[in-house]
Amino acid sequence: MALLQISEPGQSTAPHQHRYSAGIDLGTTNSLVASVRSGQAVILADINGEALLPSIVHYGTDRKLVGKAAQEMQLVDPLNSISSVKRLMGRGIEDVKQLGDVMPYIFITDKTSNVPRIQTATGNISAIEVSAEILKTLALQAEQSLGDNLAGVVITVPAYFDDAQRQATRDAAKLANLNVFRLLNEPTAAAVAYGLDQKHDGVIAVYDLGGGTFDISILRMNKGVFEVLATGGDSALGGDDMDHAIGEWILAQANFQSVDARLSRQVLIAARAAKEKLTKQDRVQITIENDEQQWQGRIDRDQFDGLIQPLVKKTLMLCRRVLRDANLSKQDISEVVMVGGSTRVPLVNQMVAEFFQRDLMSELDPDRVVAIGAAIQADVLAGNKPDSEMLLLDVLPLSLGIETMGGLSEKIISRNTPIPVTRAQEFTTYKDGQTSMSIHVVQGERELISDCRSLARFELSGFPPMTAGAARIKVSYQVDADGLMSVRAEEKKSGVAADIVVKPSYGLSDREIEKMLRDSMDYARDDISARMLIEQQVEAKRVIEAIDAALASDGDSLLSKPEFRKIKQARDKLQKEIQTACADKLKKSIRAMEKVSETYVARRMNASVKQALTGKQINQVKI
Amino acid sequence: MAIQLTDVAATRVQEFLKGRGKGIGLRLGVKTTGCSGMAYVIEFVDEIQDDDSVFESKGVKVVVDAKSLIFIDGTEVDFAKEGLNEGFQFRNPNAKDECGCGESFTV
Repeated sequence: MALLQISEPGQSTAPHQHRYSAGIDLGTTNSLVASVRSGQAVILADINGEALLPSIVHYGTDRKLVGKAAQEMQLVDPLNSISSVKRLMGRGIEDVKQLGDVMPYIFITDKTSNVPRIQTATGNISAIEVSAEILKTLALQAEQSLGDNLAGVVITVPAYFDDAQRQATRDAAKLANLNVFRLLNEPTAAAVAYGLDQKHDGVIAVYDLGGGTFDISILRMNKGVFEVLATGGDSALGGDDMDHAIGEWILAQANFQSVDARLSRQVLIAARAAKEKLTKQDRVQITIENDEQQWQGRIDRDQFDGLIQPLVKKTLMLCRRVLRDANLSKQDISEVVMVGGSTRVPLVNQMVAEFFQRDLMSELDPDRVVAIGAAIQADVLAGNKPDSEMLLLDVLPLSLGIETMGGLSEKIISRNTPIPVTRAQEFTTYKDGQTSMSIHVVQGERELISDCRSLARFELSGFPPMTAGAARIKVSYQVDADGLMSVRAEEKKSGVAADIVVKPSYGLSDREIEKMLRDSMDYARDDISARMLIEQQVEAKRVIEAIDAALASDGDSLLSKPEFRKIKQARDKLQKEIQTACADKLKKSIRAMEKVSETYVARRMNASVKQALTGKQINQVKI
Repeated sequence: MAIQLTDVAATRVQEFLKGRGKGIGLRLGVKTTGCSGMAYVIEFVDEIQDDDSVFESKGVKVVVDAKSLIFIDGTEVDFAKEGLNEGFQFRNPNAKDECGCGESFTV
């Protein structure tokens, strides 16, 4: 049973054609995935309710682990548990050498490729492959939550990423089998999450203080387009430095006799917990305890602020520099958006607000705001919004459809759809050996072609003969912003195509349109029953045609006389009923017909397989 | 007859409308397509049309156009969860046959 989501007005999709999309925040330390469901951008958690996926992949001898499981392996098997690959994306061997101290991995460089690879138990792995694993995990998480495949994704990258780094990110997505609508700058995504793209033009500062990095970006919004004016930051400044500052303070207070790796780790964990508590409380208790030594103390907000003030000052210095690069003063900034978990620290908020002399945008969860913005953008690009509401020029007054077997109208674009719009649907052939198809474009709400308005007819011909139902003919309707319609039909296996241009609303007055709409409501019930009946009649004719062809070719050889007679009887009964029976009865007779001929169909299959194989050697058989 | 929302469905619709920041209710309807005849439509409403019927269910305005009403009158809409997936479900007394996916039906 499908679970349906609420669409924007006029944006409902045909069954199984949902345009699900997701926004992915592919981070250095953690990654997130979000999607718009029923008009709301939400973070999609995994089966355990965890939203944050640690950006770590473990390559073991016999298995690959991603996320939390890989993080746990990091302690026992650090060389095979790869983290922070974002720093390596799009980097050459020379760049990586400079990171040598930071990254503990063994890098392999061979002469054939300029991409550095990390030696692991599974093999030599590039940063792109590691990112692809993370993307795959997130996409799977999203598909499980949405119940369908993703039509495409938006992945965020830092504003300072160069072309090589962006291309590496795209390559990772390709490897993960994802369709990338576009890459979006992280600060832009944050601005979109706050709806700043829908507001008046202006200059926006995005202050992003994460666990290990600080980024400040200045964006200019001009007619819905974000332009990056300047970026700055420090790739080794963030919340971790706050933890270290508190940790050092604890060590100074406790005056332990000896500090080993385990104890310093313990101190760091306690420091981080204290920092997080101090965002809400004024004072926290800290307890460090292990086998030999223990310490208990208290730290209050003022002491904490004193410890981290130099760090925050450093970020503000970088803000000042970036403003100077962009040739702007603080007064030119109209909004300041806060991103990254470390902006939860009250002192950070207070000092940034004082620096820019204005209120900050910080209501959204700073860890999630980038993914949320990416999801909103992905939703627009997937075509679920009336073209970001800005390109909305006009709507179609009446549905546009195509004639299908039996004189029925199948609507391809429904009325009130904003234009410009493109919609496509696949059709197939009805008869064996059919090499052409007549495309009849109609306008109107009624079910029968005779009640709709004919707009154009053209022929798609010259595709190779195939069995009925094997051809795949994609018919796309496109209506541009001026109401000009073009139709294209393409047989996908052979590539044979034909197109035509029509102007749908030409010659129709408002009153005529009104009448066509009224009629469709007045005759709704008649229309539907007529449609149901015709659908069954078409199906019955198809079944009869197929059985006739089969009986003529091998009915005598494969069937005994009584079997032949029984099938013939069912066929004749069905033939008679086509003109007389109601839809339900016809449907039953079709099923009965199919039932009677079941064994015959099976025998025909066996016979044709036998024929194909007789007298051939195994290596001659093509499968 | 009318259209009903379950308590859960009504709460969720209200949340979604609030999150969207605009919209006066929920549009339910059908369109003829799909693997078994007709498919459900579920959308936000910004504008009520002349031929729309408007119902009130648990504080939510439910809007149905005249053509669709014939086929979904008496329907109850629920909000359900299946594993990580969640969404709206139609319980339609007019539906005779549903395709396996539950997105389309015949009358």
